[in-house]
Amino acid sequence: MAILEVQNLRKSFGSTLVLDDISFTMEKGAVLSLIGSSGSGKTTLLRCLNFLEQPDSGIIRVNGETLLDAAAATASDFHRNLRLKRLHFGLVFQSFNLFPQYTALENVMLAEKLLAREQPDWKERKAARLQEIQAHAESLLADMGLKDRMNNYPHQLSGGQCQRVAIARALALNPDILCFDEPTSALDPELTGEVLRVIRSLASLHTTMIIVTHEMSFARDVADHIIFLDSGKICEEGTPEEVFGNPQQERTRQFLSNYAQQ
Amino acid sequence: MSFGEQLPIVFSALNTGFLQTMRLFLITLVGALPLGMLLAIGEMSRFRLLRTIIKTVVWIIRGSPLMIQLLIIFYFPGLVFNTPLWGSGESGRLAAASVAFIINYACYFCEIFRGGIQSIPVGQEEAGLVLGMKPTQIFFRVKLLQVIKAILPPISNEIITLVKDTSLARIIALQEIIWAGQAFMKGSRGISGVIWPLFFTGVYYLAFTGILTLLFGRLEKKLSFFR
Ligand SMILES: Nc1ncnc2c1ncn2[C@@H]1O[C@H](COP(=O)(O)OP(=O)(O)O)[C@@H](O)[C@H]1O
Ligand SMILES: [Mg+2]
Repeated sequence: MAILEVQNLRKSFGSTLVLDDISFTMEKGAVLSLIGSSGSGKTTLLRCLNFLEQPDSGIIRVNGETLLDAAAATASDFHRNLRLKRLHFGLVFQSFNLFPQYTALENVMLAEKLLAREQPDWKERKAARLQEIQAHAESLLADMGLKDRMNNYPHQLSGGQCQRVAIARALALNPDILCFDEPTSALDPELTGEVLRVIRSLASLHTTMIIVTHEMSFARDVADHIIFLDSGKICEEGTPEEVFGNPQQERTRQFLSNYAQQ
Repeated sequence: MSFGEQLPIVFSALNTGFLQTMRLFLITLVGALPLGMLLAIGEMSRFRLLRTIIKTVVWIIRGSPLMIQLLIIFYFPGLVFNTPLWGSGESGRLAAASVAFIINYACYFCEIFRGGIQSIPVGQEEAGLVLGMKPTQIFFRVKLLQVIKAILPPISNEIITLVKDTSLARIIALQEIIWAGQAFMKGSRGISGVIWPLFFTGVYYLAFTGILTLLFGRLEKKLSFFR
């Protein structure tokens, strides 16, 4: 069964149609790369999946569970259990959005801690739970190569380190699908490598990911499936070999050749 | 009376006046900070009418002199409705001054709070939402400290201005420290025609604003661990 099914997703802002009838599915452990020129709707698609935007129509299903059926949903349906629905997805932002007043470790721990507090047995098990949560956060940060940076505040870290903290933070709640919105676009070129390396290692661990990126060689490398978005429509999709090696659409060839020239 | 004999009399009067200054200062803070917060929340609410009302009130209060507001609030009930709401004594004057100051300063605080809250990048809220946090958790755990850090400089400015603004209550004869110092010019407690007590009132203000400046400096430093 597909881990993610998106059907006929549509979203407009005012009179501009930003996502036009988007449908795709993903298997567990797969890596999907979303490419497309700026303004094509990539960010909006990720924001819909993370319930930061309310689609006008369409269906979002995770593990067979319908999280959103815009046709049936009223505004209040959309907002019901919004927090639980969001937990199926993680989102890594282009601009990191770390919490500046917390250390790297605290950034990673915060959400899990707040969720744990809602458990009925929190009071009795507080100390043990906190220890578990801290150990979990520490191991995530260590996986990101930040073992000796855990107690630094975001302003004491480089952009690449910040983004790796943000990835650890997104992983802390074990989302089914981890989304990245141009994770290296805000970074100096010499720092993109360390972030891409981390994402590659997540792919090798079969983390289900949707990655919006302008790093074409990285997308080709890491993704199992490519979707090329153009003006809110899926213009072309397929394996990296198909889309990069033998694009069928004129628009795709145009887009890719712009990149090849750079 | 020699200068040496005048000194303790003057200081005792100035201390009494300063106590009244402090009362007005503290009452204003205790009232205006929460009221300003409520106004700020209202100004950001979904209800357009509420926003418009608050914006208008804030504009009127910030756009006109506190002196006028004091006079109106103190004299209006008695002169127009023939009900001297505030009584005639010192406690009535303090009550009227407190109301005028609280309203006035709440409007200034409101704008500072609103600006501070709106200065937090929307990405902070979205990062919290995506991590499954509730809006209240996002406000208290993520935004609040950042807001406090952002508003500390303008708030401390406003509070130091308040220390000096309390002297405006002199216009409704509140017996604060300027009133006390001025009394020795006209004549009070056997001393008259001297202006030096007025200079001493300045020293009280300087000392108090000095202490506040140090205090806020220390707070700012405390919050400098993040950016
Ligand atoms: N909140 C919004 N309000 C109005 N228009 C928006 C909003 N967000 C995005 N858009 C518009 O939607 C289109 C797609 O934007 P976006 O999803 O950010 O594209 P991409 O991430 O591919 O660059 C753009 O034309 C953008 O101007
Ligand atoms: Mg984008």
